Amino acid sequence: MSSIHYTSPDGTQFVNPLRDPQDRRLPKIAGPCGLVIFGVTGDLSRKKLMPAVYDLANRGLLPPGFSLVGFARRDWEDQDFAQIVHDSVREHARTEFREEVWQQLAEGFRFVSGDFNDDLAFDNLRQTILDLDRVRGTGGNHAFYLSIPPRFFSDVIGQLKEHGLANPAEDSWRRVVVEKPFGSNLETARELNAIISDVFPSESVFRIDHYLGKETVQNILAMRFANAMFEPIWNSNYVDHVQITMAEDIGIGGRAGYYDGIGAARDVIQNHLIQLMALIAMEEPTAFDAKSLRLEKQKVLESVVLPRRLDLTTARGQYTEGWAGGVNVPGYKQEQDIPQNSRTETFAAITLHIESRRWAGVPFYIRTGKRLGRRVTEVAVVFKRAPHLPFGDTATEELTQNALVIRVQPDEGITMRFGSKVPGTAMEIRDVSMDFAYGGSFTESSPEAYERLILDVLLGEPPLFPRHEEVELSWKILDPIVEYWEKHGKPDTYEAGTWGPASADRMLARDGRVWRRP
Amino acid sequence: MIELTETTSSAIASEFVKARRRAGSPAMGMVMTLVFVVDEADAAETMKAARTASREHPARVLGVILGNGRGQSRVDAQVGIGSGWTGETAFIRLSGEVTKHPESVVLPLLLPDSPVVVWWPSKAPDNPAEDPLGRLARRRITDAAAVPRNKARAMLTQCRAYAPGNTDLAWTRITTWRALLAAALDQNPGKVVAASVTAERISPSADLLSAWLSDRLRVDVDRKSSDGPGITSVVLETKRGPVSIVREDGKLATLSTPGDPDRPVALKRRGIDELLAEELRRLDPDDVYAATVKKMVKLNAKGTSVRTKKATA
Repeated sequence: MSSIHYTSPDGTQFVNPLRDPQDRRLPKIAGPCGLVIFGVTGDLSRKKLMPAVYDLANRGLLPPGFSLVGFARRDWEDQDFAQIVHDSVREHARTEFREEVWQQLAEGFRFVSGDFNDDLAFDNLRQTILDLDRVRGTGGNHAFYLSIPPRFFSDVIGQLKEHGLANPAEDSWRRVVVEKPFGSNLETARELNAIISDVFPSESVFRIDHYLGKETVQNILAMRFANAMFEPIWNSNYVDHVQITMAEDIGIGGRAGYYDGIGAARDVIQNHLIQLMALIAMEEPTAFDAKSLRLEKQKVLESVVLPRRLDLTTARGQYTEGWAGGVNVPGYKQEQDIPQNSRTETFAAITLHIESRRWAGVPFYIRTGKRLGRRVTEVAVVFKRAPHLPFGDTATEELTQNALVIRVQPDEGITMRFGSKVPGTAMEIRDVSMDFAYGGSFTESSPEAYERLILDVLLGEPPLFPRHEEVELSWKILDPIVEYWEKHGKPDTYEAGTWGPASADRMLARDGRVWRRP
Repeated sequence: MIELTETTSSAIASEFVKARRRAGSPAMGMVMTLVFVVDEADAAETMKAARTASREHPARVLGVILGNGRGQSRVDAQVGIGSGWTGETAFIRLSGEVTKHPESVVLPLLLPDSPVVVWWPSKAPDNPAEDPLGRLARRRITDAAAVPRNKARAMLTQCRAYAPGNTDLAWTRITTWRALLAAALDQNPGKVVAASVTAERISPSADLLSAWLSDRLRVDVDRKSSDGPGITSVVLETKRGPVSIVREDGKLATLSTPGDPDRPVALKRRGIDELLAEELRRLDPDDVYAATVKKMVKLNAKGTSVRTKKATA
């Protein structure tokens, strides 16, 4: 980190004397700017984005004069919009509600009503933004958050371009934020990227995968590269295999329209489980900036190969009616708007190999599903057994393999499993688990994923989130599997509330392994 | 919480272990030992702040409550885990001669091989780094604004006694002001030719802020008095005009910069718990604070000599 330099017209450089790299207390506050949210009436916007904006303001991290513009097809005035934001902040914000913070924010709320193909509305938006620059001093810096289904991207981005909203004036910026999914296969991902990159340069595009917050990524990197005791065993000499799991206990809820035809693999594996795998498997980056990280992740993704027999190394399933957590829940086909002949998988398990010196011969098993036993996301690095056990067979009967589990959700932390002697006179060794929890991670004092993201966008910090190269590489990994599934048969079934179909267990049994119960 | 009367450090230590067993041996993941030293009168308030801060920084918290120094030495303690604390807690009440040797009680209870922080929420020793308890710590936190009398002198005493690892909550209080001022200057690059800080007549934070500005900007900073609360305004004069932050009510401030509309910005006076949590985030010496207190001592030496001259003249 160095001081911020400005070059004035006469060529002399200005160094802000109040900034000192030693002064690590000072938080970064973004310069004057505003945020425009498309799809502001949606769930995500109400539950996450608007509360995150308030929380940032409450922590004093938003610039003075920050403005929030909502865009949606509602007949609202600015006050109506403010009321909606107020309600969502009251309900979902993580920090306490303070009138003066609200007052400061609310003065900068604007609402623009219209359709995504409505020229008048975008003219209106442009006027609103110019107006904010004048009244609130946002300085022409605006970020556009597309909290809308991908099929509307081209409309909105086209409109932004057409109405001159996408090109910043000198000394100001325009940025765009898009949410996953980033396409539904390699081809659509490329199309989507073409639309966006046609209008916004790649450093102005922020892709968010909110499952994998920056905090989690940094926690993993710190664990792997700040310690001496993990790295020496982080390779095929010691690691037997890796299991990456993301399980949800909920069904598809009201997302039938989006989910059916997409399925678990595309919904979750393509983006954040493959990202998790890359973070676990990558080599040490030369520096902890976005670019070096991306390079290393890209190298891992490029060296991924699929097993030859996809029928033996993958599994998929669809949940049926059952009891989950004490509640009788409907099966996938009984969910609203799901066609009776749907072949969409709600559970997917795949095997990947990484062809590198470090990982050759270590399978990465990746699974995800809905209506599984409980909500959990974790990476389990399972080690080989000790080459020789100087104990009797009976002593180590209950000893399995050592494991290091990186828990991502819901209680972020690390679990280590190792063998320990059972107290008593008999020599008996059994597995014990030692837990570490990131203490501050779930207190209000640590900003959550959306806050970090919005702050990065406003600061213009290159995000740790994937750029389109990575998105395309992960589609290249997943596409052959999904295509194979489409051509062959249909998903097996599993009862809601269990850990997936029997075929998934058989898939691991073929390799002589078993899934962890997370 | 388990009450131990007329106890010792080793009994307290074994109670920690028992309390953990009773709670089903949960993993603790404590990162430091936080010791605070208070009188009975301030104990409740201090515990509340420490508990909130412990959510961000799981710690073994040792509250040393100093009672009457006369009479027979006596150590009583309340020991427990959970109930709103993320680590282990012990409140240790000392009376009699042992009040002069609190370090002897604390030393056996420090977590092995991890940082120790000592916090004096109100009265602090004149030289924290040389204090027997302070010597155990890597980080020593004082609060000049919380001493009962003569806060300005208390601040200066702390400044003169600065040693790496010392810090004062009066300094922590101005982080938000400093951040906003730095950000304002980012947006309005240009040399600052003069500056002023307006605050309550007695305000260690305002004195530190003046010293910091004076040190960083290399200008004389005019320190003006107002009715508060706390700091009410800071003005940086640049060639293009004044950059000012004005806060009349202790909550909402207005940022004015040349050529831009006035902008409101929330600038709350933070609670002790938030200040403490910020302080615990970094445990290495604060170099910027070191430079600021040095400047403050220097400015004061000048100021005093000027005043003395006037008095004799």
